[in-house]
Amino acid sequence: MTSDFLLFLVLAVVAVASALSMLLSRNAVYSALFLVINFATIAVFFLLLGSPFLAMVQVTVYAGAIMVLFLFIIMILGTEQLRQDETLPWQRPIAIFLGVVLLVETGFIIYSLGFQQGILPDFRSFASGYASPADIGILLFNEYLLPFEITSVLLLVAIIGAIVLTKDQKS
Amino acid sequence: MPVSYYFALSAILFTIGALGVLIRRNAIVIFMSIELMLNAANLSFVAFSQLHDTLRGQVLVFFVITVAAAEVAVGLALIVTIFKTKQSINVDVLNELKQ
Repeated sequence: MTSDFLLFLVLAVVAVASALSMLLSRNAVYSALFLVINFATIAVFFLLLGSPFLAMVQVTVYAGAIMVLFLFIIMILGTEQLRQDETLPWQRPIAIFLGVVLLVETGFIIYSLGFQQGILPDFRSFASGYASPADIGILLFNEYLLPFEITSVLLLVAIIGAIVLTKDQKS
Repeated sequence: MPVSYYFALSAILFTIGALGVLIRRNAIVIFMSIELMLNAANLSFVAFSQLHDTLRGQVLVFFVITVAAAEVAVGLALIVTIFKTKQSINVDVLNELKQ
């Protein structure tokens, strides 16, 4: 049992627990804060998988920018506590059943089909590479230059869309 | 350390996110569950990328994060607009096409 594995195990427990707390918490602000914990653990997983650049992007963009935006909107609207009145009967048991079905399905695909067809090599460990930010940058600006530029257009459209949607209609 | 642990964790997180979309009625919490599913997919991408010793998966995750940021901006703007017209962000209230 290596230290990598121990770290993975502890963080996996934290990630699943924070995701479940996000799901079950009555207050939307607590949900958002639990999700921040979850994103932080995923950033550490990225570090364990040898991609420090993505780990930093995860912390700054996801845990930083996106979750602050969420908290901002929750507090603007003042909808932390929403009454959970059941309009659809049996919604919760059916949802839990479907969730279990989904988990079994993915587990089946990963563990039997994946290993049989050689998509996943059985118990091979990771390549011990280190993806430096410079390497990612070179790949991004050479081979993926067009998608990168299209992404900038997408962000511009999202900015304009957000402003247009929230603009006061009366003026 | 076997790769399959990361895929199992990713599958569990994705399922929790899908459950959140199905169970919760608060539009913002549903949105957060979608973010959780995106993150679970990202985790698989990075694990596959490291498994096959290539950087392409990581570049893809970079794009996913950018698109998620754009999606959050527009989605939260939509939620604010819905709250202005309906005075609620309970998704069960949104049951008609006309306002």
